[in-house]
Amino acid sequence: MNHWLRNPWIGRGLIVLLMAITLLPFLSMLSAALAPSGTYPVGLSWPSDPQWGNFARAFEVANMGQMMLSSLLIVAGVVPLAVIMACLAGFGLSKLVTGRRKWLYLVFVLGLTLPFESIITPLYYEVRALGLLNTRFAIILPLLGLYMPFSVYWMRAHFIGVPKDLSEAAQLDGADSWREFWKIQMPLARPSVMSLSILLFLWTWNQFLLPVVLVQDPTKRTVAGALGAFQGQWGTDVPLLCAGSLIILAPTVILFLIFQRQFVSALLQGAVKG
Amino acid sequence: MTVTETVQNPQAPARKRIAAAWGFILPAFAIYAAFVLLPMAISVYYSLLNWDGIGQASFAGLSNYWEVMTDSDLLQIIGNAFQLIIYFTAVPVVLGLLIASVIRNQMSGRFGTVTRTILFIPQVIPLVAAGIAWSWMYDFDGVVNQFLNLIGLESWTRGWLGDFDYALPAVGLIGTWVLLGLCLLLLVTGIAKIDPALYEAAKLDGATPWQEFRHVTLPSLRPEIGVCITVTIIQALSSFDVVYVSTGGGPGIETTVPGLEIYRLAFAHREVGLASALGVVLMILVLVCILPVQWLTREKS
Repeated sequence: MNHWLRNPWIGRGLIVLLMAITLLPFLSMLSAALAPSGTYPVGLSWPSDPQWGNFARAFEVANMGQMMLSSLLIVAGVVPLAVIMACLAGFGLSKLVTGRRKWLYLVFVLGLTLPFESIITPLYYEVRALGLLNTRFAIILPLLGLYMPFSVYWMRAHFIGVPKDLSEAAQLDGADSWREFWKIQMPLARPSVMSLSILLFLWTWNQFLLPVVLVQDPTKRTVAGALGAFQGQWGTDVPLLCAGSLIILAPTVILFLIFQRQFVSALLQGAVKG
Repeated sequence: MTVTETVQNPQAPARKRIAAAWGFILPAFAIYAAFVLLPMAISVYYSLLNWDGIGQASFAGLSNYWEVMTDSDLLQIIGNAFQLIIYFTAVPVVLGLLIASVIRNQMSGRFGTVTRTILFIPQVIPLVAAGIAWSWMYDFDGVVNQFLNLIGLESWTRGWLGDFDYALPAVGLIGTWVLLGLCLLLLVTGIAKIDPALYEAAKLDGATPWQEFRHVTLPSLRPEIGVCITVTIIQALSSFDVVYVSTGGGPGIETTVPGLEIYRLAFAHREVGLASALGVVLMILVLVCILPVQWLTREKS
């Protein structure tokens, strides 16, 4: 009576095929990265004499150490501050739920679907007027603003879900909002804060448009932005380009493999709430 | 979402609590206003100007918008973004739905964890890296042509990203590669939440897999489908990274998308007014596409 589509091997075969297609581009990059530098490799073929030295060379010529450090500095400038501001605002907004004041929340939500490209032109002139062009602040400050809609939305959704009794109990104990926020609400918000931090880290590390427009010097960009410059310079040397790209995507992939449960749940929730 | 009235606390008058709430909101609002709301307003202002970014600007009225809506190149560029929706949204959602309903019982245990991890890798890497990986796949000597040769379709091989007819679908399929895993896992998660009794009942009624899909899976997945469509449409309409590194918008303007054109108009052609008008139009297009989806698929509560 069983329909052929219910055969578990159909599903399993589909999944394996899908995984193979997902991994194929990486394998193809790896096989190209191992070909002798300056040659033109062909498709997917294991080179007879794998040139692992290409990775070291790509690391050196692209100044990868500097680039990774720069990305870390940008992440350090964006993520903690964005999370704290979002927690404060999310908490504040969860207290302002009555009628007329809801517009403030709507103003934040308005930015949720905004394509960064739509405001990149005025951002350029604004950052230039502030004298920050070509500095890491040119990336950090706009990103803080651009992340606020999602981050505030995310944290408000958390704080709205916290039972009201808790806040009432705190107030009866004489705690003002400030104390309540730090002593009672924040410890409870840890899981939401973790997920938000993971998402913001990924988005910042992978940010491309802002560094390309606002920062000329690749060593002051994010890694993704620097990869753009690297491609411009070494695009014709396929083995070197592939080696460089693999190095650049390694840190996030390794972090992801270590914390895969947290990443997957953050990304799934992030999509649902975004 | 539960919206309850704030409790009236006699010790803390309402006004004081509201002032405190504002204090909490202020830092986030200030940075948001400075780097999003203000640029949005300036964008609208610039879009009414004729300005090369250096010299004197002159008022241009709505002529920039007129150009966005009548210039054949710009219309084609906007059309390209809509064509990308096929590959970024339609293909991942439809394929995701079909695959998710076939594999719905097999995502538990270690096999499920490995699957989830691998299918999520495209979400974690920079889109730029995806673009570079795929430009190599699509290269004349790349894996795609190698595969075609292998199965005897030599006549189909070409430099995919340089081909006037195939470049845009090729770029679109990079989007499919990035987004299919995300959609699939969102849908699988949604299916896991469906009451198994519904499937039992369908089975007892002798439903075929198709009927089961049509009458049990599909209706229950409305919110998840809504999420997939929303997220992927935004990605399609505001794509930039992948196109920038894989084709640079070419050949001709076959793969140029609004995001790339804004960048070019503003920083290469120095047409700040026109770039800003296109930016405003793009912002509105995203909203016009997203709001009906949200409205149609939100959960009735």
